[in-house]
Amino acid sequence: MNHHDGASSVHMFVFDGGAIPFTPGQSVAAALLAHGVQAWRTTRVEHSPRAIFCGIGVCYDCLVIAGGVRGVRACLLQAKDGLQVEPMPLPAEAPILDGTTTGEVSQ
Amino acid sequence: MISVDLAVIGAGPAGLTAATLAAEGGLRIALIDMNARPGGQYWRHGQNTTHPIGLHQSAMLDNRLTRLAAEVSRGRITPLMGYHVWVASAPTVPGEPFILRTTPTCDPASEPVQVEAQRLLIATGAYDRQLPIPGWTLPGVVAAGGAQALLKEHGQLVGQRVVVAGTGPFLLSVGAGLAQGGAHVAAVCEYHSPLRWLQTPAGAVSEPGKAREGIEYAEIFVRQRIPYLPRHTVVRIHGETHVEGVTIARVALDGSLHDHRYLEADAVALGWGFTPQVELPVALGAQTHVDVDGSLVVTTDRAQRASIPALYIAGEATGVGGATKAVIEGELAALTVLHDSGENVAEKRVHDLQRAVRRAQRFARALHNASALPATLDELISNDAIVCRCEEVQAATVREAVAELDATRPRDGKITTRAGLGWCQGRECALAVSCLTMGTDTRKWDADALRATQKRPLATPVSLGALSMMDADMASTAQGEK
Repeated sequence: MNHHDGASSVHMFVFDGGAIPFTPGQSVAAALLAHGVQAWRTTRVEHSPRAIFCGIGVCYDCLVIAGGVRGVRACLLQAKDGLQVEPMPLPAEAPILDGTTTGEVSQ
Repeated sequence: MISVDLAVIGAGPAGLTAATLAAEGGLRIALIDMNARPGGQYWRHGQNTTHPIGLHQSAMLDNRLTRLAAEVSRGRITPLMGYHVWVASAPTVPGEPFILRTTPTCDPASEPVQVEAQRLLIATGAYDRQLPIPGWTLPGVVAAGGAQALLKEHGQLVGQRVVVAGTGPFLLSVGAGLAQGGAHVAAVCEYHSPLRWLQTPAGAVSEPGKAREGIEYAEIFVRQRIPYLPRHTVVRIHGETHVEGVTIARVALDGSLHDHRYLEADAVALGWGFTPQVELPVALGAQTHVDVDGSLVVTTDRAQRASIPALYIAGEATGVGGATKAVIEGELAALTVLHDSGENVAEKRVHDLQRAVRRAQRFARALHNASALPATLDELISNDAIVCRCEEVQAATVREAVAELDATRPRDGKITTRAGLGWCQGRECALAVSCLTMGTDTRKWDADALRATQKRPLATPVSLGALSMMDADMASTAQGEK
């Protein structure tokens, strides 16, 4: 909202190869929405588009890969200059466990 | 590793109030929150302003932030913003500390931090309850709290033409905020009649601040010409790859839906009350019970102590009641922690706070009774609605499990249909699965059935690397062995 920084200090992160501007303190999800990106995840079963839903770190719908880390919630992730953000791949075979399978794995 | 007297999880109205007060009383504190800034949902704000659109009681927020900064600079509070506690373990021997393992949320390059705390205060707040309707998975559909979070923190509108729907006075706050932020609010659909709130004897009268807020919203609705539609609800959301419109319907007294009509919209905000975040207390084995709104909440004594030694709970996790109740319980919890740590506290203040908690609970109960879940979901949740957003399980599948496999408990529904087994671990669909398996009369719900929906051995999914760092005793705690 505030543009006190002027054109001399435009902040950018990279999403799917393209530059996305942001204001310091903005989440990656908010910056994507502000830039007109309507969806950035595809579901495993129905291959449907998803974006932000709960907005507060609960629903995990807005997941991205950030700085090489999979399964990062874009609504909590702070935009940073030069940060590399990628959509989650299909099928989602990240080395990440949900709580229901963890018990078996760690036994 | 950080060692402290008290760890506070959640930096919203309850946690922020408690942490500052306990630090001023001489304790060393770790204040942990998964968001970038303290404030929680109620006091959510941007990096450059603590007075965004829709933020109430900002003077109290400024007071807390000033005191927080003072305690941080004198080294009494270690703020851990942008960290999610994914597992907490209680001491097995008295005198040993709680151990909290965290994972970074705001900056994936941050190192995880481990916290050891002699006492633990959990003030993790709540999130929007949802009932699934066809199309609610489309981009452009957000939780009511999500719409407000984007606005408060980033000045970002979810759309230009927004429909708000569900139940409860929070929808008024969201509709007013969106309109003030510049959106055209096409309708605010309230499932019940708002007369029910006004008729609650202990309601608005006992909380004058809430009545004032209500009048404020009414003025904004009139000025911004927001159509407020009592006894209406959104039954279907239309669009190919994004929201294009909604079908709304009038709700008759028996719950049947009539007078369907189409409204154009590019965003929808939905909320049916709130679910307290109680997975950490549940994983620690704290006693819980079912509140009047059907939420599983942590049982405490009148001084905010849970059933586990040295564990305290404040705010929504003891029962959804809003920021007023959270602030009071936060202060009370801090005084109890100080008392239990051997400090002198003013007894008169404790009694006053306990009276204030009871008043806030009366107000909350009245509000819950007035914004209950729909008596029937047969028409509202149609068979093609996706119940579980993560695993994409339709309502028809859950209903089949109920009819053919006798799934009459939410856990049965989960195991037989995969609803609730995805990334969010049932946070979004637990209410719907509970309703579909047990019915919507929450007085008939039991704590055991709900606890099964709140059991999340890991509060957030983490990498194998983080898991492998856990000790053997931590692993057994994570599996829920008690």
